[in-house]
This record gives sequence, C-alpha cells and structure tokens, in this order.
Amino acid sequence: MTAANDQPSVMIDELLPGSPLELSAASLNLDAVIDDPKTRIIVCCGAGGVGKTTTAAALALRAADHGRRVCVLTIDPARRLAQAMGLTELDNTPRPVKGVTGSGSLDAMMLDMKRTFDEVVESHSDPERAQQILENPFYQALSSSFAGTQEYMAMEKLSQLRAQADEDGRWDLIIVDTPPSRSALDFLDAPERLGSFLDGRFIRVLTAPARGASRGIGRLLGAGFGLFTGVLNKILGAQLLTDLGAFVAAVDTMFGGFRERAVATYELLQDPGTSFVVVAAPERDALREASFFVERLDDDNMPLAGLVLNRVAHSRAKDLTAEQAIVGAEHLGQDDDAQVTAALLRMHADRQRAVAMQERLAQRFSGAHPTVPIAQVLALPEDVHDLDGLRQVGYLLAADSKD
Amino acid sequence: MPRSSSDISLHIVSGKGGTGKTTVAAALALALAGQGKRVMLMEVEGRQGLAQLFDTAPLPYEETKLAVAPGGGEVWGLAVDPEEALLEYLEMFYNLRRAGSVLRKMGAIDFVTTVAPGLRDVLLTGKAVELVRRKDKGSPSPYDAVVLDAPPTGRITRFLNVNTEIAGLAKVGPIRNQADSVMSVLRSPRTAVHLTTLLEEMPVQETIDGVGELEDAALPMGGIIVTMTRSQPLSAEALERAGSTGLSRSEVASDVARAGLGSVRSKQGRAVTDALLAEAKDHAARVHLETVERERIQSLGIPVYELPFLAGGIDLASLYELASMLTEEGMA
Repeated sequence: MTAANDQPSVMIDELLPGSPLELSAASLNLDAVIDDPKTRIIVCCGAGGVGKTTTAAALALRAADHGRRVCVLTIDPARRLAQAMGLTELDNTPRPVKGVTGSGSLDAMMLDMKRTFDEVVESHSDPERAQQILENPFYQALSSSFAGTQEYMAMEKLSQLRAQADEDGRWDLIIVDTPPSRSALDFLDAPERLGSFLDGRFIRVLTAPARGASRGIGRLLGAGFGLFTGVLNKILGAQLLTDLGAFVAAVDTMFGGFRERAVATYELLQDPGTSFVVVAAPERDALREASFFVERLDDDNMPLAGLVLNRVAHSRAKDLTAEQAIVGAEHLGQDDDAQVTAALLRMHADRQRAVAMQERLAQRFSGAHPTVPIAQVLALPEDVHDLDGLRQVGYLLAADSKD
Repeated sequence: MPRSSSDISLHIVSGKGGTGKTTVAAALALALAGQGKRVMLMEVEGRQGLAQLFDTAPLPYEETKLAVAPGGGEVWGLAVDPEEALLEYLEMFYNLRRAGSVLRKMGAIDFVTTVAPGLRDVLLTGKAVELVRRKDKGSPSPYDAVVLDAPPTGRITRFLNVNTEIAGLAKVGPIRNQADSVMSVLRSPRTAVHLTTLLEEMPVQETIDGVGELEDAALPMGGIIVTMTRSQPLSAEALERAGSTGLSRSEVASDVARAGLGSVRSKQGRAVTDALLAEAKDHAARVHLETVERERIQSLGIPVYELPFLAGGIDLASLYELASMLTEEGMA
C-alpha cells in the first residue's frame, strides 16, 4: 500500500477543505476503518438525498485503492454513478470495476430485488415447489411491487455475498448501501416479526384449507378461531382467502429457513467486524433521521463507526463575518463601479450564515450524541461522473483521517 | 394540461429526499387555507415531520388543527399510523373494530403492517381517499382539499399504484371494490401529483424519471416545485467574467479597501480579495449548472414553481411566506 495511489489524478484545489465546520465532535477516521483488516462489512445508512450511495461507492474505491478486495452493493444508484463504476445493467452479479490502483480489487453490483427474492425461493425449495411459488400472483406482487421488500433483500444479498467471501475468499470487505428511508432498518426487526408471524395462528389459519384441515381442527386451535376465519372471509372474500392460503402453504416450508437467515444476518451485523456508517447532510431533517439511526443501532448493539456529514457548506474567508461583509457592502453604497464587489460581499454573508446554521445543526446532533465521531465532506459543485470523481469524494471523506 | 387548482381536491407532494417535500406540502396546505379552505395535511412515513415544522407535540393518529389562515381557512394535520388505519378500515367497511384484538393475537396485524409491508401502502392511500371523499358523501368534518406528504419520488408511482396490484390479486369481492374505488380517485382530474426538486443533476434526473413513470401509470401530474433557489445578484456580464476571464483583481481589491475590509497591500485585504474572487467563481459555476438543470425541468412542459432558499431555516413564519409565494405563482 503506498500513500499516493489513492489520490485523484486531477486535484482541484478549490475542493480542498479550507475551513470545514467547527465541531466539538471527534473526527471520524475512515481510513482507519477501511484499512483495518478486521473490518469485513461496512453498512451505510441514512435518509434519502444525502449522498449515501456515493459515500458507499467512494469508500469502496478508496478501500480497494488501499489494497482491500472489495465488493460494493448499491441500491438504485443514480445513472451516472453507476456508469462511473462501469455498471450498465442490473443483473445482480458483482462486476469488476476497472481502474483500481494498487493490489486491491473492486467489484460492484446493483441490487435486483426480484432476482434476489427468486434466489431465496429456489435455494429453500425443491424445483417443483419453487416453480409453483414463482408463478403465484401473490409472490409476484410481493417480490416486485411492494415496498419494504427491498430492505430485506439488501440484507439477504449481504449474507449471500458474505457467505461467498468466506467460501472462496474473493472479497475481504463488503460495503452495502441501504434503501433511502427510515424503514432501511426494518431488517433489524425481521427475526422478531417473522417469529411473531410464524408462531401466531394467522399462518395456520391461512394454510388450513390447503392442508385440508376441517373446522374441527380449527376449534382445537382455540377460542376465537371461528370468529377469526369468519372475519378473514368477510374482509378478503373467499377467492382471495383461498389464493392467499395456497401461497402461504407453498412458502410455509421456506419460512423456517427465512427466520434462521434473518437471525444469522442480525448476528453478523452485530459482529465487531461490521461497521455502520450513518450518512447525513447538515440539514434539520437529515440530521433528525441520523439521530434516529444512531439510536436504533445503539438499541440493537450494532457497531457504529460514526457519522458522515455530506454537502457541508464552506466559506473561503471564515474570519470575515456576515456582519462585517454586510457593513462593508453598505460602505460601498450606491457607487455604481463597486456594485460587483458589494454583491460578492453580500453573497459571502449568505455563505457565512449557511455555514453558521450548519454548524448549529451539527452541534445539536453532537449534543445529543457526543461520542459519535464525524467526517465532513464539502459540498461538491457537480455529481460524480467518473472513477476519478469518486476517488475525489473518497479523498474528502478521509480528509479528517489525517488529523 | 393546466388545471385550475380549485378543481383539485387531492394534492400529492413527492420529491427526492432532501428537496423540501414536507416543507412544500405544508406551504401548499397553508396557501390553500389562505383561500378560506379547510385543508387536511397528512403524513404517512412515521417521521413526525409535520409536528417538527409546525412546532407542536408529535401528532397522534387523530385529526389535529395545526394552523389557521386569514379568511377563516384552516390546516389540519394527521400522521397516519398503518396499524390504526387498518383497525379503522375494518370498522368503517365491516363494522369489525372489535375484531382488531383477535387479529392482533393471531399475528395478522403484524403480517399486514410489517411482514407484507406493501399492504401498508394500501391502507395509507385508502385513508387519503377516504378524507377526500368525505365531502362527496356529506360526512361530518369534510375537507375542501387534502395535501399528502407522500413517499419520495423513487417510490411514489409504486405507492400510488399499489391498488392496481391488489386489483390484480383480488378479482372480485370487497377488497377489489375498495382498490378500484381508490384508483378511480387517484387517476381522476381531482388528483394532482407534484414533485419537488433542487436544481442539481441527481434530483432533476430523478424528477424527469418520476414524471415518466407517473405518466406511464396514468397518474395525473400536477406541477414541479423547484426549491431552495439562490438569488443571482450579479449582472449577466459580471457573471460571465466571474466564470471565465475572471473579475478584475485590482478593482475588487480597491473596493475591499474602500469597504474598510483591508488595504490593497495588507495581508488581510489580499486574503479577503482572494476569497471573494474564488467565491465569485464558485457562484458562476453553480449558476451555470443551475441554468442547465432549469432548462431540463422546463423542457418537460409541466408547470414549474420556484421557492427561494431561506437562510434562516424554516419556521412557521417562513411557511406562511412560502405559502404566499405559491399563491402568487398561481399554484394554489
């Protein structure tokens, strides 16, 4: 590993951190995270629109440049980011990304939710039954159209990739992006929810007709059963109830395996080899979501590396306060020749205010979570278009690592 | 096709994360209330974004008055909880609220609201339509307009279209009827789906993709609201120079000195001048990118509204300010 090979080939000096936000939080040393061979999984989570996918991809490239053998799993990347990594199709297969410097490697893939779900079905059932499930209309709706499936499938894919890494050693670091919503952490509840569903009687009611169970058996299941089936019939209608029952009966044998997988993934995430990185922008809503994620991860004893703060505003003359700039602009008054400079001073004042507001918001987060280290990434003028742009983001991500 | 906003009774506001979706939904609700309407503002993602915006305690699953507007209009808020919505649905359609505890014991509520999370969307869209329909049915406490702070652009078409999926599963019966009836409102000219965006490449691309998906699904497009636009105080000529040949360093330096911010040769004067010139270049680069993105948005042929960036952040006062801008621009 050499120090120079993670540098972007074109260093735009304007992008270098001039004066990032002054925060009380410790700096998040991301180079230490990716360089530690014990780090095997990094999970990026956060609200939508904060640059989560870009962060995951940039960390992955930097880790590869540092000699790690990395697989990055992205969810719905923006077209140009996908192109930057040479991803042109969504085929659920990790593809090598060309252009890594040094001895490491980078594979990238986009999650194909439906394909992943199909793979789960195929691996848990015999071919005939798998076919039956794949053709069931409920299954088709559940696997492709319904929200929420994405969260589970991202984690399913993660455990598949990890299993493959353990088996053939192709990767020593897996980085995953998560869907852009609070429900991104729903998978943490999966073991419990699947459990309560499987242990509940609902599933037995649904599967009863398919098993040829009579009402007699229903009565054995206890009081309320008759009322329950009656209610379901009334709500769903006989046809829908029969179809749903057939579906649940078909997947019944899979659920046990499902639950085991969910429990295993949950434990994998708690492993010290996993690092969660919460991504946010210095805005009220994004930081509120970040707080939610940090607290949720803490509740579940998930190892948190820290917070990445993207889109940080910067001023090129932090010592020139907003007030001084405004007063200066007023000094120039109505002098026609000085109107450009006066406008520049007012714009500088706006920048100073934006920086101050971001500092306030980030400090409020740190007040509530004083032990969470923060890495700041300056707002970039343009989106990432190529690998070098991604390398630049990685460079900025790790800029705080040098302290 | 531009429609008069008074014909629209369901405004669905979506947008990429971080583009001000909730703020725009709230401002639009206030703008409609400004016309004397009784407006329902509902959120469905469990984030309590409305309570934060209106600076109130977290909203219960109960219609709560959030704000009043001059002229007698009112904004009511509702944070929809899928589980409560399910029980309410059972009561409304089947008079079965008491069945709730049985269903819960059986694990059915868990199934509907979490294990099969797509069903959540059925309940949430169903609730929005129920609120819209109150007025038709002459129910008590009707609303003149409903504003839905909806899931983000990437998910919006799937969210609104979920009842079509249901209709594909349930060929006949009560669920089918309910799904059809919800879709008929969502696809009608009474509904308008608005998308918020920033003038940045990624959100604009997502907006363009979102518009295409909504059109394919025959969902009625409303407007595009460009948020957090920045002022551009430089003349076209100064902007051009700031971006290319550069502004005159000596002129800016002497202006800085006259402004009392450091003499031409002093260290401070030079630092301020350098910073202003570099910031001018940043500004020109951003304006250029914004111009490109604005053209892409305008080429869609959909009404576009713009709201400025507010340096002080968003509070109730600034919501009223944004609301009056939306009114002036003709969105409400």
